[in-house]
Amino acid sequence: MSHAHSHALKIADLTVSYARIPALHHVAFEVRCGMCVALLGPNGAGKTTLLKTLAGLVQRESGSIHFHGREVRGATPDIAYLPQRGQIDWDFPTTVRGLVEMGRYLRLGWWRSYGEADARAVDAAIATMGLESLQDRQISALSGGQQQRGFLARALAQEAHVLLLDEPFTGLDKPNQDNLKATLRRLRDQGKLLLVSHHDLPSVPEIFDQVIMLNGELIAAGPTAETFTPENIHRAYDTRVFAAVDHGVAV
Amino acid sequence: MMSFLTELWSQEFMRRALLGGALIGFTNGMLGSFIILRRMSLMADALSHSMLPGLALGIIFFGLNPSGLFLGGLSAAALVAVGAAVLARGSRLKEDTTLAILYTFAFSVGIIILSVNPQQVDLKHYLFGDVLGMDNADLWTSYGVALVVIPAMVLFLRPLLLTIFDSAVARSQGVPVERCQFLIILACVLSMVSSARALGVILMLGLLVTPAAIMNLLTDNFNRMMWGGGIIGVLASVAGLVLSYRFDRVPSGAMIVLVLFVSFLVTWLFSPRYGLLARLRKTRHFHEESLQRWGQRTEPPH
Repeated sequence: MSHAHSHALKIADLTVSYARIPALHHVAFEVRCGMCVALLGPNGAGKTTLLKTLAGLVQRESGSIHFHGREVRGATPDIAYLPQRGQIDWDFPTTVRGLVEMGRYLRLGWWRSYGEADARAVDAAIATMGLESLQDRQISALSGGQQQRGFLARALAQEAHVLLLDEPFTGLDKPNQDNLKATLRRLRDQGKLLLVSHHDLPSVPEIFDQVIMLNGELIAAGPTAETFTPENIHRAYDTRVFAAVDHGVAV
Repeated sequence: MMSFLTELWSQEFMRRALLGGALIGFTNGMLGSFIILRRMSLMADALSHSMLPGLALGIIFFGLNPSGLFLGGLSAAALVAVGAAVLARGSRLKEDTTLAILYTFAFSVGIIILSVNPQQVDLKHYLFGDVLGMDNADLWTSYGVALVVIPAMVLFLRPLLLTIFDSAVARSQGVPVERCQFLIILACVLSMVSSARALGVILMLGLLVTPAAIMNLLTDNFNRMMWGGGIIGVLASVAGLVLSYRFDRVPSGAMIVLVLFVSFLVTWLFSPRYGLLARLRKTRHFHEESLQRWGQRTEPPH
């Protein structure tokens, strides 16, 4: 566990633009495995952009990303991006188990055959997410919370260290939200680094031990108790850093 | 019955048509799963129509030689696909729009070429196909396409599956999404070119899409959907050919698509999991369950 905690994700001078309009400007912070980190900020602050950049989906203009001392360029199985639920075709012909098995493909490459060890990793991931009794169900026959746990299980099967979640609490009812909170805590305790974009401010202290506050640029980053202050919240939400936000550029 | 089948098999053109039809049916039926899950049915439709001018020019310059048809159809479809992408990138128009503009243009060029062509080839054969007119060279073409397309799909199944499931996440996982998409389109065009002679540019889409749609209503397992689609493609092609031989005025391509549609309709109604009847029954079941609970609640406490 202590070993896992030593894995650091270091972002330095990160700038990302869409059509030459900066969405993120010179962002720098460092987080470690074993942390549950909230990404906060108003719409257009660059939360999704930051997640997509870390996932290798968006080109960065400048800056560097290092994980565990190694430069991250493009995609790596160490980092798993969990899609927003709306972008998935839930009628896709696959079961929960089939979904989790997809996580192994990245470790196996395109041709190495799926073996006993892979089946065990899939079993373990399904068990950690409490999906044993649902594993043969087609993925649309699950509740929103269960679907999310299915994707988390896929990231576990992938043996990712860093999990990027885009607004995972949106659209969940109270019991499922509580369940997801417990799940995130459990994953953190297992030494995963969770980066979660979030918009419900009152629930932040209860779920996250670190916050990163954005508004086009980095407003503040650090432990929730010290960083999640009224002053910082005001700075993140009540000021406009870039004209791009006013022009309605999707971020 | 037996004598009918023996008679059927004794005809050389029929043996060729059955073999060719089975091969084409398998390749197209198997590929259909990728096409419908990636929602590329309409793109495939556009590309199939785009082949007409290529096939027409192939005929004019190479006669009935299948390699001419093959090259002509392939390059016409490729030009339209690339052209649509280029036009979309250079403007605010979406790719489905530019594709629609280009493929109708290509199709009209094909019709014009065929109608002014001095060799007077029947337009009908290109639109609706003529399985019974297949010769040995056509058969070799379908062997060749099957030998390229099927192994390619099996070899790259994992990246292809990740791509069609969720291309954004697949990209974040390092899957070469663009190349996978290109492979699917290429395989699709190849399979359709191989079925151009047998089914024609209008009907070929049926053999590509319907078998996969049938399997999609029957299974939650992608592998079963893919191989099952291939098997349904074979069965429908063979059944359509036999029926068209039996009722000898009906063109075989139309008969194959008719068989596919009837199978689809039966599956849509009676599929144990996703058929209409299963759905109706399920709704009623829940309704009864809720009635039962509601009934229990209103009982006075003991």
